[in-house]
Amino acid sequence: MSILVGKKTRLVVQGITGGEGTFHTKQMIEYGTNVVAGVTPGKGGTTYSGNERDQFPRPVPVFNSVADAVAKTKADTSIIFVPAAFAADAIMEAADSGIRLIVAITEGIPAADMVRVYDYLKGKDVSLIGPNCPGIITPGGAKIGIMPGFIHLPGRVGLISRSGTLTYEAVSQLTALGLGQSTCIGIGGDPVIGTRFIDAMKLFNADKGTDAIVMIGEIGGTAEEEAAEYIRAHVKKPVIGFIAGQTAPPGRRMGHAGAIISGGKGTAAEKMAAMKKAGIIVVDSPAVIGETVARALRKSGRRTTAKRVTAKRKPRAAARKPARKRK
Amino acid sequence: MKIHEYQGKEILKKFNVAVPKGEVAFSIDDAVKAAEKIGGSVWVVKAQIHAGGRGKGGGVKLARSLEEVREIAGEMIGMRLVTHQTGPEGRIVRRLLIEQGVNIEREMYVGITLDRARSQDVVMVSTEGGVEIEKVAAETPEKILKEAVDPGVGLQAFQARRLCFGLGLSGDAFKNAVSFLLAVYKAYDASDASLAEINPLVITKEGHVLALDAKINFDDNALYRHKEYEALRDIDEEDPLEVEASASNLNYIKLDGNVGCMVNGAGLAMATMDIIKLAGGMPANFLDVGGGASATTVEAGFKIILKDPNVRAILINIFGGIVRCDRVATGVVEAAKKVDVQVPIVIRLAGTNAELAAEILEKSGLKFLVASTLKEAAEKVTRAIAA
Repeated sequence: MSILVGKKTRLVVQGITGGEGTFHTKQMIEYGTNVVAGVTPGKGGTTYSGNERDQFPRPVPVFNSVADAVAKTKADTSIIFVPAAFAADAIMEAADSGIRLIVAITEGIPAADMVRVYDYLKGKDVSLIGPNCPGIITPGGAKIGIMPGFIHLPGRVGLISRSGTLTYEAVSQLTALGLGQSTCIGIGGDPVIGTRFIDAMKLFNADKGTDAIVMIGEIGGTAEEEAAEYIRAHVKKPVIGFIAGQTAPPGRRMGHAGAIISGGKGTAAEKMAAMKKAGIIVVDSPAVIGETVARALRKSGRRTTAKRVTAKRKPRAAARKPARKRK
Repeated sequence: MKIHEYQGKEILKKFNVAVPKGEVAFSIDDAVKAAEKIGGSVWVVKAQIHAGGRGKGGGVKLARSLEEVREIAGEMIGMRLVTHQTGPEGRIVRRLLIEQGVNIEREMYVGITLDRARSQDVVMVSTEGGVEIEKVAAETPEKILKEAVDPGVGLQAFQARRLCFGLGLSGDAFKNAVSFLLAVYKAYDASDASLAEINPLVITKEGHVLALDAKINFDDNALYRHKEYEALRDIDEEDPLEVEASASNLNYIKLDGNVGCMVNGAGLAMATMDIIKLAGGMPANFLDVGGGASATTVEAGFKIILKDPNVRAILINIFGGIVRCDRVATGVVEAAKKVDVQVPIVIRLAGTNAELAAEILEKSGLKFLVASTLKEAAEKVTRAIAA
């Protein structure tokens, strides 16, 4: 089992005909993701099979708007590759069109735009992952993002991370030890994001297909502390944590807009202390994430081997209803 | 992006935020002329650097005559100003702000920034102006009053009034402070700032409310829609290596250690720095080469890392996801042949085509220390710097 996405996901790609959109749509289809539609305003009514460099295995119908795509294809999830200047608009369009999960890959969206987007999404029945994130993957089910699919293995470890390549590092350590993943979510490195650690943590905690949860944070903000408080009170599954940026100087933005220690707040030391206090197994070294998960699983008596997807036959307790916004 | 105090004040003035009369000066003569133009009998000479705590470091001084203005300007221009924010190396002062002296009755604090926990902007005020606000927040948090801004409507007058009553203001000072807060918020919002801080805001004996200091930072992600900010950039305030790196589209931050590192992705770059420290070294830099990691970017990365004389080893850590490791390896080999690298290079390439990459590195004839895991990479770096 898994959270948020899987074989039943019906994906629309916003910005499908752009360079990034084309490249990653091809990768997603090849992974087995159910890409049902693309949106590029002005190109509605056509089909798109990629460009010279990246040819899709099958053509994808293109629509002028997300609403059209939802009406015609029952798309329930959207991934956004449109440039930063237009990304806020794309997220709001998806939310307005009955999409239930929006994954915004775009990097460099102004914080003021995201503050307005965040406000717009409040009270609507929609979740946003990102922006500036690698996306979400349920190994063997659906890859909705830009992560390399082949490093993943279906299984029972959930993973939440603010980073991109550091997430791949952690995933590959798990896979090398035969520890498959239920779902991996990259929540993104910006100051204003949709899904936070605590939101993803709640979903993994409720997911019967997840036995242990890996949480990879970084300096800046207080989202890790917020999640730690929740974990202390509600999570019985083993949680393994790492915070990147133990050696980062204060006042400097470390690549991600959100990775900055400001006013003495948001240091790795503070976060690690809060996480340890909440019962999270915190590792100092990013090299031992995999082996620490294995040890925690052994100790908790849960299965440690990868599990091929067998959830199909069982009723999906946490399955989301497909978005039906047809009148 | 950071700007100088005098530039911040010019922006604030455009939005009707009251600031003292002032002029920027790049030379001693300029400073005297500025003081003459401003008039009056008391001036403040303020060193313009991108760091706080200037007063304590001797970067803010009062002058009671034009002769004193000349004297102080002479001392300040070219001085190395050290504050708690500059680090021990300090900053060279190249610009001064000459301002009229004001009759200070009370000093307060105003700050506007993004509250990440709420995903909303927050306006903060405090009666404790002119001191480090971090200290106030840590020791007497009840002395900081806050109002969250609804992004749909912006800061409302009732919120500004609530804050000003909270500060204990009344009469003209109250009215002026309310308009002041609303104007600062407008400036913050319209300029895509990530921070607008007035510390101190002063209430004069005459009941005027003025921004005595101004710190405005811009959101880097929004610079594309403010082309006018390019003119505000002061390259002298930036690390020359960082300027060079940004010209090559590399994200580089210089640190004090001895192990240079080159990594793809910001999170992995920070994690790599951390593991260098755990292995007994110290990272010399943060360097994110981004998604590409081609021969050109690796070459630019080598050149920048090697300009730092403290570097005694280089660790390249690339996780090939979409980017193929064999291509990165070819890039590293080409770059290493072009740039004369005298220090040991530890390379760890993982992910797509990692085996092929290892083969390329081995066949290159260059002396790379190849590692397959993060742990092994750290150990090899430790050994390299110990040798």
